[in-house]
Amino acid sequence: MKIVEWLSQPWPWYIAGPLIGLTVPILLILGNKTFGISSSLRHLCAICIPSTISYFQYDWKKELWNLFFVTGIILGGIISATILADPNPVQLNPALIKELQGYGINNYEHLIPVDIFNWQSLLTMKGFILMVAGGFLVGFGTRYAGGCTSGHSITGLSNLQWPSLVATICFMAGGFIMANLILPFILKL
Amino acid sequence: MIMPLKETNTDFEVRSLDAMCINESELVHPWWFNFKYLFAGIIFGIILVKAQVISWFRIQEMFRLQSFHMYGVIGSAVVTGAISVFLIKKLKIKTIYGEEIKFYPKQFSKGQIIGGLLFGFGWALTGACPGPLFAQIGTGATVIIVSLFSAVAGTWVYGSLSKKLPH
Repeated sequence: MKIVEWLSQPWPWYIAGPLIGLTVPILLILGNKTFGISSSLRHLCAICIPSTISYFQYDWKKELWNLFFVTGIILGGIISATILADPNPVQLNPALIKELQGYGINNYEHLIPVDIFNWQSLLTMKGFILMVAGGFLVGFGTRYAGGCTSGHSITGLSNLQWPSLVATICFMAGGFIMANLILPFILKL
Repeated sequence: MIMPLKETNTDFEVRSLDAMCINESELVHPWWFNFKYLFAGIIFGIILVKAQVISWFRIQEMFRLQSFHMYGVIGSAVVTGAISVFLIKKLKIKTIYGEEIKFYPKQFSKGQIIGGLLFGFGWALTGACPGPLFAQIGTGATVIIVSLFSAVAGTWVYGSLSKKLPH
């Protein structure tokens, strides 16, 4: 079918960006919900392991919508990788490929580098830092910052909140420091 | 027809602690009303994957200034979001249930700097912010379940230390 083929190609930023931006008003109009994804991690804590921590003592049932939303994201990922799968490798800047090949990353067929993100490498130092330590920093950092790319950079900036601008600048600064100054040493491991 | 009920608003204070993304509806609906958010999530997940926002490679390009793609995505998302929020406020657009749409100002805290930098480190390592973690799992990268659990653990550790950390 033509439309499926058309949708299966990589979407340009000027299509995807505005659609992501429209998530903000859509969630507000559907039921006064503020777009933000890292909160789902907090709700999972509140449901599964609230312990006696006051930060997790709240009525998470009021935030169930957020868990429905992230479950939808997983399903969207499944649909994209099956019905809307794109067989072509990711088109990358040759300078990045040259750099990454120096670290033994040679597979560009998938959106993530399967050479380093796989179950076997989980127990290597490199894989542990990338997947486990990285994941921990994402969870800890977003909650400490009070939001992530969606909550601060998209929702917060859309509502012209200057603390969200501070947060966004720090997200980017942290990313630049890690990717350029620290990550090369990790990938060499 | 299901009549919306009024509810009391007791634990909003706790939930809104250190969270950008809390909003409070005065209406109580049956749980299955949430399926509309599942649908919205599916669309959102497809956008994330098809625009390759969930790609570790694209994130590396962004942090090396090697591609405009991610800046275009985030920038045009913010512009679209800002215009939408402006219109909602200006035209006093209501929810589909006729409720007034509310916005809450965000308080500044040191967490936005310290936590922001730490999240930035994690973003460059995993190549994913929280949304893409879920989407990557959907695309079949099952090992990312470990990263997601680790992110939940990070959130829990923050919750247990939050009173001791500078804010």
